[in-house]
Amino acid sequence: MIAFWLLSFALIATGVFTITATKPVYSVVGLLGNFVVLAILYITLHAEFLAVIQIVVYSGAILILFLFVIALLSSGVKPFDIGPDRAPRIALPAAVFALVALCIVVFTVVRSAVTGAPNAPEGITGSPDAFGSVGDFGVALFTKNLLPFEVTALLLMVAVIGVVLLAGDERPAPLRRKPKARDLDRESIVKPVEKMVRR
Amino acid sequence: MTQWIPQTQWLAPMESYIALSAVMFFLGVAGVIARRNPLIVLMSIELMFNAANLALVTFAKLWGNNVGHIFAFLVITVAAAEAAIGLAIVVVAFRKQQYVDVDEASALKG
Repeated sequence: MIAFWLLSFALIATGVFTITATKPVYSVVGLLGNFVVLAILYITLHAEFLAVIQIVVYSGAILILFLFVIALLSSGVKPFDIGPDRAPRIALPAAVFALVALCIVVFTVVRSAVTGAPNAPEGITGSPDAFGSVGDFGVALFTKNLLPFEVTALLLMVAVIGVVLLAGDERPAPLRRKPKARDLDRESIVKPVEKMVRR
Repeated sequence: MTQWIPQTQWLAPMESYIALSAVMFFLGVAGVIARRNPLIVLMSIELMFNAANLALVTFAKLWGNNVGHIFAFLVITVAAAEAAIGLAIVVVAFRKQQYVDVDEASALKG
């Protein structure tokens, strides 16, 4: 119980840090903390496999993608010099809207009072201990829910093709200067090889 | 194997998990509304995805049914695809105009 309040405080604090950070890199750090805390919350909800997936996929893949894009965009001139945020103009309406909507949702939840004592969770493999485990999850994913799994695979492939089409640069970037003869027979793209002068 | 996981009677009431999920979702909404940097907007969208996942996992625990886990897993997959596409769009926009700003991206206005 205490753990839940600590975790929820950490979750909200990292979320606030994410959306108020001045630089996108700080935002990524906040989001990383958010995901780790959320994985711990998943463990308290008996979703062990999802906790691991949360760390591996979200923190390991998606956040690294964000970091790569930040590094890519920052390599140009004046990175992220986009002036002030909309916050001064719109912070108050946004906060009011979010609070009102939040109150509506919380009021509805508390009033409808998710009844029914949590029954002992029982996985598809039968044993209550298996709920949320890898075996239980895998059996459910590959038997009852095979079609959504395959459709998601197709969606991922479409996403990969779309990303390559969007961001892949089919034209080579124009050279800023004419290549010199020394560049053309350079043997390494990392460091010019000093050739021995032939006699 | 699972002795260190809190037992059911130690859990916080499920309403608090749902309320926490709502708080996190509206943090994401506020971020999408108030920020101009598309990267932070995308991260706020990830916050909303995660809030939905938390609600799904909570209800899976409540009903003792792991379809919620399956759904959350598929949401994570789709979020990965969404992040990849969104970041590719950001990169293309940056290549075209050398800066990134949600307000200034009006090429599709017609």
